[in-house]
Parts: sequence; structure tokens; C-alpha cells
Amino acid sequence: MSGTVELRNHGRELRHFQLRLAISAGFVLLLFGLLFARFFYLQVSQREHYHTLAEANRISISPIVPNRGLIFDRNGEVLAHNYSAYTLEIMPSKVANLEATINELANVVEIAARDRKRFKKLMGESKQFESLPIRTRLSDVEVARFAANRYRFPGVEIKARLFRQYPKGEGASHVVGYISRINSQDLQQLEASGDSTNYRGSDYIGKIGVEQSYEKELHGITGFEEVETDAAGRAVRVLSRTPPISGNNLKLSLDAKLQEVAEQAFGERRGALVAIDPTSGDVLAFVSKPGFDPNLFVDGIDSENWDLLNNSIDRPLNNRALRGVYPPGSTFKPFMALAGLELKKRTPQYTISDAGFFSLPGSSHRYRDWKVGGHGSVDIHKSLVISCDTYYYGLANDLGIDKIFSFISQFGLGKLTGIDIEGEVSGLLPSQEWKMRRHKQKWYAGDTISVGIGQGYNLTTPLQLAFATAILASNGTAFRPHLVKQVTNSKTGAVRDVVTQPQYTLNFNPENMQRVHNALVDVTRPGGTAARAGAGAAYTFAGKTGTSQVIGMKQGEKYVESKINERHRDHALFIAYAPAEKPKIALAVLVENGGHGGAAAAPIARLVFDYHLLGKLPAGAAAVTADDEEGAHD
Amino acid sequence: MTDSTRLWHYLTRYVDNFLLGGVLLLMLIGLLVLYSATDANLSRVSNQAINMLVALTIMWLVANIPLQHIMRLAVPLYLIGLMLLIGVALFGEIHNGARRWLNIGVTRIQPSELMKLAVPLMMAWYFDKHEVSLRLRDYAVATLLLLLPLFLILRQPDLGTTLLIASSGFYVLFLAGLSWRIIAGLVIAALGSLPVLWSMLHDYQRRRVMTLFDPTQDPLGAGYHTIQSTIAIGSGGVIGKGWQQGTQTHLDFLPEKSTDFIFAVFSEEFGLMGNILLLLLYLVVIGRGMVITANASTQFTRLIAGSITLTFFTYIFVNIGMVVGILPVVGVPLPLISYGGTSMVTMLLGFGILMSIQTHPKLVKT
Repeated sequence: MSGTVELRNHGRELRHFQLRLAISAGFVLLLFGLLFARFFYLQVSQREHYHTLAEANRISISPIVPNRGLIFDRNGEVLAHNYSAYTLEIMPSKVANLEATINELANVVEIAARDRKRFKKLMGESKQFESLPIRTRLSDVEVARFAANRYRFPGVEIKARLFRQYPKGEGASHVVGYISRINSQDLQQLEASGDSTNYRGSDYIGKIGVEQSYEKELHGITGFEEVETDAAGRAVRVLSRTPPISGNNLKLSLDAKLQEVAEQAFGERRGALVAIDPTSGDVLAFVSKPGFDPNLFVDGIDSENWDLLNNSIDRPLNNRALRGVYPPGSTFKPFMALAGLELKKRTPQYTISDAGFFSLPGSSHRYRDWKVGGHGSVDIHKSLVISCDTYYYGLANDLGIDKIFSFISQFGLGKLTGIDIEGEVSGLLPSQEWKMRRHKQKWYAGDTISVGIGQGYNLTTPLQLAFATAILASNGTAFRPHLVKQVTNSKTGAVRDVVTQPQYTLNFNPENMQRVHNALVDVTRPGGTAARAGAGAAYTFAGKTGTSQVIGMKQGEKYVESKINERHRDHALFIAYAPAEKPKIALAVLVENGGHGGAAAAPIARLVFDYHLLGKLPAGAAAVTADDEEGAHD
Repeated sequence: MTDSTRLWHYLTRYVDNFLLGGVLLLMLIGLLVLYSATDANLSRVSNQAINMLVALTIMWLVANIPLQHIMRLAVPLYLIGLMLLIGVALFGEIHNGARRWLNIGVTRIQPSELMKLAVPLMMAWYFDKHEVSLRLRDYAVATLLLLLPLFLILRQPDLGTTLLIASSGFYVLFLAGLSWRIIAGLVIAALGSLPVLWSMLHDYQRRRVMTLFDPTQDPLGAGYHTIQSTIAIGSGGVIGKGWQQGTQTHLDFLPEKSTDFIFAVFSEEFGLMGNILLLLLYLVVIGRGMVITANASTQFTRLIAGSITLTFFTYIFVNIGMVVGILPVVGVPLPLISYGGTSMVTMLLGFGILMSIQTHPKLVKT
């Protein structure tokens, strides 16, 4: 009996067991189903997502920096080019003890104190994870020596890089400008303009001059290499390569030889010269003295040199031609004369009797001529040749400020010329509206008088003055002045002219124009204020001297050059063009604290013209000839 | 019959061909994947092949032992294992922050590996002894037999092994008929204790647990493994990138790619199709184990066969679950495929027992 019970129990237990086993099998299938669902989710629903992630893991895109475009002068002389050199670079994020590493490195390659300073400066400016040069331009011996010791320096590498070089050094430095390492400010700008992708891998960017303003042309288009990398970031193989497109080459309108002649003509003096081809707007020479060596900036300037340049009293980094503002002084008079004739306030026959001063009706205040006692009988021709102030005091008063402003601004004074480098300032051609806005004061009749001789509120840059002279020389045709003549597409070879059409044309009475031209030619002839500079010229040489005050003189006080601190002496100015009948070159010269325009500035113009028109090189450095002009003082 | 066929027949008497076939196919896949995962490292692959041969030999030996003998070993094996575990706790060697190894002069052994079989054997033996009248007290004793080694292994610490032994023990309890009410009670108690446990954790421990659920919180630390393995699997798509073509694998983004994460290699290169094939092969082996279990004639054989089969499944589920990112990362290999000899031997020892149960004359109770 008990046997059957046990047997039945056994059978029931077996069924129980099999039920449990079946439940287990269901459990297994359920969980396998769960795994399958997960597979389906990952491999079918989300495949694209994970595929993208896997590719992002695997493929890193490394940029290939394009070669920067070259810069030539108008005759094909090289002003900026690239050369390949080895640099020793440190990845600061990969080096534990920088100081110790650099000390160790100094045993292998020469590392000067200035290299260390520069490196520190770069560290402060650079992005993280960037490789920074501790030494540039390694010699072959140094490269070999480092290669043998490389294992001792993790995070230090030798790289072949393209360097920018400016073979002319200081020559045309303000025009060509320089490139330097991209700093955080540049980076922000690149990001804002949407160019940051094209600068991945680029270390340099144009900072001033043509290098800056034509950055887009010069930089080129960055190429890309798709590299397969492993988890450790090592490149395994190259998957695809989009080659970079080199930057476009620039052909400047500048004549490097003429530029050199002009720069040498300044000698040690400070100043600026801008020479323009009035038939095209080509800037033939663009001088700002002193200059600087742009090569210093390329690898990141060291603090010593920087302090030297930045703290110099001569301010070599200041582009005087572009940004220096000076009262135009008597160089303003030809434009005033033309205004008088064009606006019929003066006839050629009109003569004044100059007693040496001008007074407004009902006022005792005397506006003095530079010549005590005056020039006697003066017509418009003589007023330019001898630079009579009294004539222009009266003319200014008769024209009134509104007419002066609207007429002269046609010559671009008080406005940006639109030259193709950045940083230009607009100077100042005063007007009633300006005075109200700026000084909250109404315009007084007395204000107009000194404006008439280029003083008072008047401020111009040498560039503006040259531009105005070019318009005058071409009888009213204004081409936008430009330093870059042509851009050559590096890929297609296509050449594009920067400026082809005149910006605007002014219509003047040819007779009036001719009268002004004739007077300006006589300025450089015996009896004129620039007679010495014009002596023996083989072409007709039109010019106008000018002097601009640095410090004001009290009523009745006399300007005695020898008694005045050198830096407070007047600036010498000269505008000129030649040959007068069909001008090929128009220029403005400024010599800071040079004194008289005819003595200090005009000879420089003569040297420039002699070279440009005759191909004649100056015998030696420009010598300052004896005084033959007096400046204008009020 | 010729002599050689007779010899062959004699040698394969106790081998279950069905089970052997499944195991060999899985091993073949394992070698192929390993070849790719090790970047065609033939010495690693041949090493693994030797591991497999050793394990297969052991399986054959065990298959030839009648179950009564194996049953007789249950108690001594368990006791030796327990003593060794105590030995580990006292004199064990520390590797990678865990005290798992015991130096017994000749070689180093890992007693927890032995317990993977010794614990279910012991529990099955116990239930077999008390088969006639199973009472609540018997389940309690069996549970104690399970918890004792578990505690020692958890302390080492070795979460993966603890989990596997715990589940192998639970399967014995479950198959032995542990009442549903107690199972439900245990589940509720476990869930109920979670908030209490959570509140006892340190901040950093909680963070670590959170990482297990959301690997993106710690992409370079603990989460890295899961992130990279899910990328590997997901990017494999339906048909996979092709053998030896997995970018995650061959560019070293996958960690532990020849051991615990080898499934990601397989899945990246063979895709959803490969995964389905692999799961089906595993199902074949598990199914055969279930059939053997169902056919087993004694309480001991039934319980041990069921436990071995379900533990084999647990290995697969926990490993793949962790690689596909639905389970926390614990050190559990993918059976028959992950590189390594120890787990291979343990696994095939279990299959040897299954074969022995299936092929030796059944003892039918009268």
C-alpha cells in the first residue's frame, strides 16, 4: 500500500519537476527574446546612429595647410615668399615639466634666452593642445642631433614648416605688413566670419598691411586628409585626401625700386610719402619712415624687440602715410585756388595788395602772412608760386566754409580714400555741421580764415593728400588708390585687376585747371618756393610746398626754428606731379619736423620723379638743400 | 565490425553526439572570432585550441564516469572547496585588487571556480538524500549550503562568480520544488531592501551604480566599455562588417575584446544575422540539456542536469546582456567563445556530467 502511495507521490513529483523545467525553458526563451529585441534595436533601428559614432571614432580629419600666396611688386620682384624650415616644437599638454624639458633640450640644440621668452609668450596666447615652436630654423646638424636624442623627449617633435619671409626687410614694411600666429582675438573673428574651418591647421594670419587686407586671397583653401586612427590616436592609414589650394599671388602696384629710392631719400628722417599713378590709381610708392623688420613678427616677436619697436619715440609701427594726420598747410592752396576760379569768386586778373596781414571787417585781429610786410601786388598765379597767405585768407572769407567744404571734399580730403589696406583714418575737412557735432559750437567767420591756408581744424593723411593731388593732376579723374594691382588665381592662373574704372570724374573748366597747373609748374622754377628742388629737371615738374605747425604761436611771437625743440618744429610738406602736361606720377611727401616744405620735402619728390620718369638713381643720400621757402603761419 | 570501428564505438559509448556537435560548432565559431579579435594572433588562437582540447578530454573522462561515482564526490568536493575558500580569505594572493587565488606550492588555484560545480552538486546531493519527505527545513539547509560559499566569494570580491553560483544554486532550489510563495517572498524582500541598501551606500558607490545604468555619465571610466561595445554592435547592422573588418575591434576601441567583450567583436563583424545564428546554436545546446534533464531518472541527476543547463544559459545571458548594455558590467565570459582555459574546463566538465547522465543506464526506482 505504502509502495503505491510512494509511487504516486513519485509520479506527482516528476510532473512537478517537469512543470518547473518547462517554466525554466520559457524563462530561457523569454530572455533570449529580450536579447533579440536589444539586437534589433541596436543593429536595425539605431544602426545609423551607431554607424556614425563608429566612423567618428575611427576617422579623424586632419587639415593640410595650403601654401600662402606670394607677394610681388609691379615688376615681379618678390616682397613676401615662403620657405621650408625645420622647427622644434613642444606640445605643452604632453610634457610634465616644461622647464626641465627645455633645459634638457638646450643641451642638444641651441636655445637662446629670447627663444624661451618667445615660447612663454606663445604659451599665453595659444590654444590648448597646440604644438608651439621653441626653436625655429634648425640647422641640419641640429636636426640630426635632436633625432638621435628624440627618445628622451616625449611631446617634443621636429616639424617641417613653411615660413614667411620678407626679403626686403624694412622696405615697404607698412605696405606688405606681416603674418603672425593666430591669437584668440583672430580666432574669434574667424569664427564670427565663418572661416574657422578653413583655418584648421593654420598657425598664421595676416596682421597688418596687404598681408592682412588680402588675407582671404593669400590664405588659400585648406585641404583635408581623412585618416583612420586607432583608439590611441595613432594614424593607421590615409583614407582620402583633398589637396589644399594654394593662396592667390598678389602683384602690387608698388614699384619696389621706386619705393627704395623714396625710402633712402628720407635718410634718417621721419615722415611719409605716397606716390600714385593718376591715370590708374596705382600706388607706386608708399613710405612710412621709420619702418620695421616684419620678419621679426613671423615666429612671434620676442619681448625685447617688441619693446624696442613699441616704445620708440619714433613710433616705427605707426603707419604715418595711412594713419598720420597733419594740417595740410599750404598744399591746400591749389585746391582753394581752383575753388575760387570754379566758383567765380576770383578771376585770373583779380589782384590784392598784400600788406602782410588780413583782418576781418570790423575786427582788429590780424591774420599774418608768413612774410613780414607782405608780398605786395598778388594775383592768383603769384599767390601759388610764392605761397601768399593773405590772398587765401580773403578768398576763404569770400567762399565761406560751406563752399570750401563741398568743393574740397570732392578731392577726397576728410574722407577715407578706400585704399586696400586696413586702418585708414579719415582726417578732417571741417564744416559747420562737424563743428556743431564735435564741439557743440557754431561756426565763426574767423574759423574759415585759417582753413583757407590749410591750418585751423584741417587734418589730412599723406595718403589723402596724394590722392587729392592725383585727382588734380588728372584734371578730375579719381581712381581708388590701391596697393594691389592684380590677383593671380593659383588654380586657374586667371589674373584679375583690382581697380579698372575711375571711381568718379570731376568736371572742371579746362582753362581754370590749366591756370593752376601753370602756377604749380612755376613753383618749381626760379622764383617759386620749390625752385631749388626743381632746378634742372628734364620734365615739367608741378608742385606745391607746405608747412604744417606742430605748436601754435602767440600773436606777435616769431617762429625761430633754431630755438625750438626738434620735435616741435614744423612738418615739411610737398605735393607734386610730373610731367605736368601729362602726369604719370603724383605724390605727397611729409617730413616730420622737417621745417620748410621746399627745403625738406620737395627734394625727396625730385629724386622720386627722376627715378620714375628718367630711371635716374640718386647719387647718394638725399641732401637737405638750403632754405628757399618760408612756411605759412597765422 | 572492424577493430577500429569497434574501438571508436567503445570510446564514444558515453558521448552524447547531439551535445558534442553543438559544443564543437560553438568552439569553431569561438576560434574564428578569437582569430579576428586578436588581430590574427595565431599563438593565442592555438593556445585556445589547446584549452579546448584539454576541456574536451576532461569532458570525455567525466562522461565515462557513472553518476553514482560523481554523486559520491559531491560532499568531499564541497568541503574541500569550502576549506580552500577559507584559505583564500586568510592567505590568498591579491591580483587586480581581488583576493581570488591560492598558492598551493605547485601552482595557483582559484577555488571559486571549483565551487561553480561543487555547490550545485552538494545541493543536489542533499535534496536527493531527503527526497522522500522534503520539508521547508530541507530548503533552508540547502540555502545555507549555498550562502556559505557565496559569502566567502562575494568578499573576495568576485561579483561575476557570486552571481553564477547563486543562480546555479537557485536553479537547484527552484527545480527541487521550492514553493512559489517563498520565491515570491524572496523577490519582494529583495526589492524591499533595495531602498535601504541604497541609503547605506557611499556617494561614490551610488555614482558607480548609476554609471551601470547610464554609461554616458562616465564615458571614459566605467561607461567606456559599454559605450564602445554598443557602438561596435550597432554599427555592425544586419549583416555585419565582415570577418576581420570590424573597425571598433581592429582599431582597439573595444576593451577586453578577446575575453569578456568578445561578443561585441562577433556582433560587429557578423551583424544581426550572426547574432541570431549564435543564439540558435546556444538554444540547441540548452535544449539538449533540457531534454537530458527531463530524461534523468533520479532526483540528483535531474537537479544537477537542470542546474548545469540553466547556469550555461545564465552565462550567455549575463555576458551578452552586459555587452549590449542592458546589464551592468560584471566579469562573466561568453561560454565556449571567450578566451580562457578555466571557464572552458568548468563548462565542459558540466557537459561531461550531462553526457554521463544521458548515456549511462538509467537507474529506475522500483
